Amino acid sequence: MNMETSIPASVIPSPVVRDGAGLRKRVRRTFRQIRGEGAFRSLLLIAGGLLVVLVLGILLTLITQSLPSIRLLGLKFIWGSTWNPVRNVYGAWPFLLGTLLTSFLALLISIPFSVAIAIFLGEYYPSSWFAGALKNAVELIAAVPSVIYGFWGLAVLVPMVRQLEARFGMEQPLGVGIFSASLILSIMIIPYAASLGRSMIQMVPGHLKEAAYGLGATHWEVIRHVVIPYTRSGLFAGILLSLGRALGETMAVTMVIGNTSILPKSIFSPGNTMASVIANEFTEADKTVYLSALIELGLALFLVTVIINIAGKKIIDRVTNE
Amino acid sequence: MRTDHIKYRIGKSKGFRILVFVLAFACMIPLAAILFYIIKAGIAHINWDFLVNIPRPVGEKGGGIVNALLGSILIIALASLIAIPIGILAGVYLSENSKSRLAYWCRLSVDILQGIPSIVIGIIAYFWLVKPLGGFSALSGSAALAIMMLPIIVRSTEETLKMLPPSLKEAAFALGMPFHRVIFKVIIPVGISGILSGVMLSIARITGETAPLLFTAFGNPYLSGDVTAPVQSLPLLIFNYATSPYNDWHDLAWGASLILLVWVLFLNIFTKLISAKWKVQL
Repeated sequence: MNMETSIPASVIPSPVVRDGAGLRKRVRRTFRQIRGEGAFRSLLLIAGGLLVVLVLGILLTLITQSLPSIRLLGLKFIWGSTWNPVRNVYGAWPFLLGTLLTSFLALLISIPFSVAIAIFLGEYYPSSWFAGALKNAVELIAAVPSVIYGFWGLAVLVPMVRQLEARFGMEQPLGVGIFSASLILSIMIIPYAASLGRSMIQMVPGHLKEAAYGLGATHWEVIRHVVIPYTRSGLFAGILLSLGRALGETMAVTMVIGNTSILPKSIFSPGNTMASVIANEFTEADKTVYLSALIELGLALFLVTVIINIAGKKIIDRVTNE
Repeated sequence: MRTDHIKYRIGKSKGFRILVFVLAFACMIPLAAILFYIIKAGIAHINWDFLVNIPRPVGEKGGGIVNALLGSILIIALASLIAIPIGILAGVYLSENSKSRLAYWCRLSVDILQGIPSIVIGIIAYFWLVKPLGGFSALSGSAALAIMMLPIIVRSTEETLKMLPPSLKEAAFALGMPFHRVIFKVIIPVGISGILSGVMLSIARITGETAPLLFTAFGNPYLSGDVTAPVQSLPLLIFNYATSPYNDWHDLAWGASLILLVWVLFLNIFTKLISAKWKVQL
């Protein structure tokens, strides 16, 4: 280990020659750093593994905590249309229906707008100043916290919907309900499909479009017969991501949907979604089965959104790698 | 006859362009309406007293939201403390070992984490921290928010580091630097802007989150700095007061909404400036 004795003094750069102890210190430090290298590598490995453990832990916790309800209620849980914790009856069908209705209605309302934004930014005006402004505004829609959407919906949108219902001669114009929730949701989910659609449309090869123009196609025909078919799966992935967002959205929906466990009769009646019923009743659940039934809803929500998101991501990966 | 047909096609094309134009800008109407309404309703209630007082009981005029402001800062700081180191390390792992089997599962986990509804994360934090610790606490709220921050930080770190030229790292190795010093002294400083914009974005994302705090931080009408006690946060205060039947509380909630909105917008603009300067893809 005594390196300084074996190396001729003339070979070693001058600052070290004068101080043999300094070199020894340096060598020792190098050894420590090499050992540190291994430790650091395993630290990285732990951080990476931690994420996997986290997701598995989440899944496991949801499953074990909802076991009492799965054992006791079985499939009745899904098809039962009565949710009455006082009488210990737990049927989640009103919430499943509420979630499906709000999400798909919101998707239906938002698709024309998000596709229009995608075409506008991707095809018509990819780089003008007002396109930049529109792009920032769309990102702003995604940035506004959902509780603020909910509050605004409660103060502005709900009275408007109530007036609308009164004009249509509905018996009980409440304002709150599935329709109001869908409207709020449809605004909130626009950015997800729009921004993905935009980048997909920008990826359409120029020569394809030019070939169509060369055949005498109008701009609309190019969009209809070249751009849209080429980006179809990308647009679909964007819509999937929007749907995933809509299914899991909690606060804005909770504030305007009316929160009742009765099966909704129409899209204007108040209801509950899976997320909103968890938000409302989780801290009140005093019985094991009650709590466990709510967690089973959470588990279902988790599985559905995971599947939708992974499917969306897989489509995006396939499209961008082509 | 032929020119008629061509005119029809050109007209159709123009008509569609106008339709797209109208639809695209129609989305701006609700956004503008929301921003305008929040500013109009909130600005009247914001003054010095509003920022330094705790809420008063119903019936008394005045009162403020200092408990929610400080509570939010506490929860977010604690969440950042948990999420930033783990997130950056995991991001470095993914960019350094991008082909390994664990990296595949790790990426899948990040995708899953990103898609989990926030209310489900609240349930998880409830079972992992609230129940074992025996009560609602700021710490459990922070843990829930940290889980939501992780995927954004990991993704932005990985994407940033992937864009760095390999020659940079090779030069550092050639000088005999050990691996961890290459990462800390070369790779992370060079990619700091991308990592930072990911961190900022994740903070902006969690600042407005309410659902994971409902059964973790829970809310608290008084000022509290104790991480093991329930604590108020801005979005929680807005939710609780907005859904209450009292007008005084609605006023407080409007003021709080404006502050939250300004805060979130500021974070987003700041992030945009960083990422625009360094062309980071998020």
